Amino acid sequence: MSYLVIDRLTVRLRGGGPLLRAVSLQVAPGEVRGLVGESGAGKSMIGRAVLGILPQAAEVVSGRIMLDGVDLLALPPGERRRRVGATCALIPQDPLTALNPSRRIGPQITDRLVDIMGWDRARAEARARELLAEVQIPDPDRVMRCYPHELSGGMRQRILIASAFAAEPKLIVADEPTTALDVTVQKQILKLIKEMQVRHGTALLFVSHDLGVVSKVCQSLSVLYAGMVLEEASVADFFRAPKHPYAAALLAATPKYTDPTAGLIPVPEAVLVATRAEVAEADRRAEHG
Amino acid sequence: MADLYEVAGLQLSLADMTRKPLLGAAPRLEILKGLNFTIPKGSVLGIVGGSGSGKSTVGRALVRLLEPSAGSVRFDGVDITHLDEAGLRPLRRRFQMIFQDPMSSLNPRHRVGTLIAEPLRLHGLDGIPTRVARALDHVGLPAGFTARYPHELSGGQRQRVGIARAIALEPDFILADEIVSGLDVSSQAQVLNLLEQLVRDLGLTLAFISHDLSVIRRLCARVMVLHQGVIVEDRVTADLFASPQAAYTRELLDAIPLPDPDQVWA
Repeated sequence: MSYLVIDRLTVRLRGGGPLLRAVSLQVAPGEVRGLVGESGAGKSMIGRAVLGILPQAAEVVSGRIMLDGVDLLALPPGERRRRVGATCALIPQDPLTALNPSRRIGPQITDRLVDIMGWDRARAEARARELLAEVQIPDPDRVMRCYPHELSGGMRQRILIASAFAAEPKLIVADEPTTALDVTVQKQILKLIKEMQVRHGTALLFVSHDLGVVSKVCQSLSVLYAGMVLEEASVADFFRAPKHPYAAALLAATPKYTDPTAGLIPVPEAVLVATRAEVAEADRRAEHG
Repeated sequence: MADLYEVAGLQLSLADMTRKPLLGAAPRLEILKGLNFTIPKGSVLGIVGGSGSGKSTVGRALVRLLEPSAGSVRFDGVDITHLDEAGLRPLRRRFQMIFQDPMSSLNPRHRVGTLIAEPLRLHGLDGIPTRVARALDHVGLPAGFTARYPHELSGGQRQRVGIARAIALEPDFILADEIVSGLDVSSQAQVLNLLEQLVRDLGLTLAFISHDLSVIRRLCARVMVLHQGVIVEDRVTADLFASPQAAYTRELLDAIPLPDPDQVWA
């Protein structure tokens, strides 16, 4: 059974247009689902809706978010926060803004274990040390005493990965976790996320604009445009033969260094026009029931 | 083909203030460790490397936003290594730069028309409105865009304004520093196609800095790989992709995730 089930979730800007249009998707334990699309397609918004951290200006209009069979949107806010806090985690995009610059690394990892999980500090610290070793950080004791600025971007991202896995979450949302990194470091970090995810059997919602990255990490993916899921497929099927014309165009635009004649083809205007018409048609249908 | 740039023994070091003793000078941090290369007129050179490799620093030394500590940079036969600002001013029009993030390099309070006209005015050129219109036309933006503000444009359109601003001065050389890394794949493809066309139509010489070898392969005839301030490989692009010589180049190539689930990622 799927751990996360999103059912016709519609989110809109307060007093404005839709950000997510009846999005449905599922993630099973141990599954990695990619959310892809161009900027503004709403891929990060899905992760934020699940975690209950939508921006102030956005509100859920309809739909359900079922986590382990419980509808999060039907819960009182405090109950929802506790449930999400205990079972979900986020790996954010930018490791520098996600870490507090004026605090040492150690407490930034253990806070969550102590405050939300109710562990005592000694146990939390032992766990943090164990996790830093697991994400291949040499000398965890020294790193726990460091400030974020003393570490490289790759090291900081490793720390956030360790921190995300600390409380053994059932679901992790990774929001473009390697966009800020070098290709060589990106490769190490992606392999690490994948390894950790497999070892811990975590369900992972992986937000990315890079189809290359998605093909390496995910088993399934949803392609989004203007907050609407246009195609949902297994990675194996999608990369062999994408079905939706927009999704196919997105794949054709992705650079491929092995073949200088392939890739980097802009999405054709005709495809964009047709896709926009499809979105407008879906809106009309939704309005008239 | 004559060389537009001749760079010999280029070194650049900065004071490492994090290691400065209380008294006395800070130790020097070597950023570029003696680079030798040329850029022939009308060619497109790709410069790749990881973060901290010195690729942006080389670029900035070429357009003299930084002054080299040793070695020489000759632009069209003129030694610009240590030329002062007054000496550089007449040359500045001939080498232009396009920046990575147009949101921070374009003044948000100016309209597109003013943004493109400003450098023309500073260089004392005449017929400014015509030049602005021509530049916009070259980058495929409608003339009506002169009245827009940067925040009203998409990322790809903003980057086109950045390009229009550089080409309006009719320079000989353009330095493009990671100009497509903030864009979606589709806009990225559009901007690259545009640059390709401009290089051909305007006879530009271009240095294109990127961390992305797949983008470089599309645009550049020659590619220079930098690693820790040293050129580890400088070759014709097709040869480099066919048989990368340096270990670091191979590592860079192996790390690129292809949109193909069957690619083995060792």
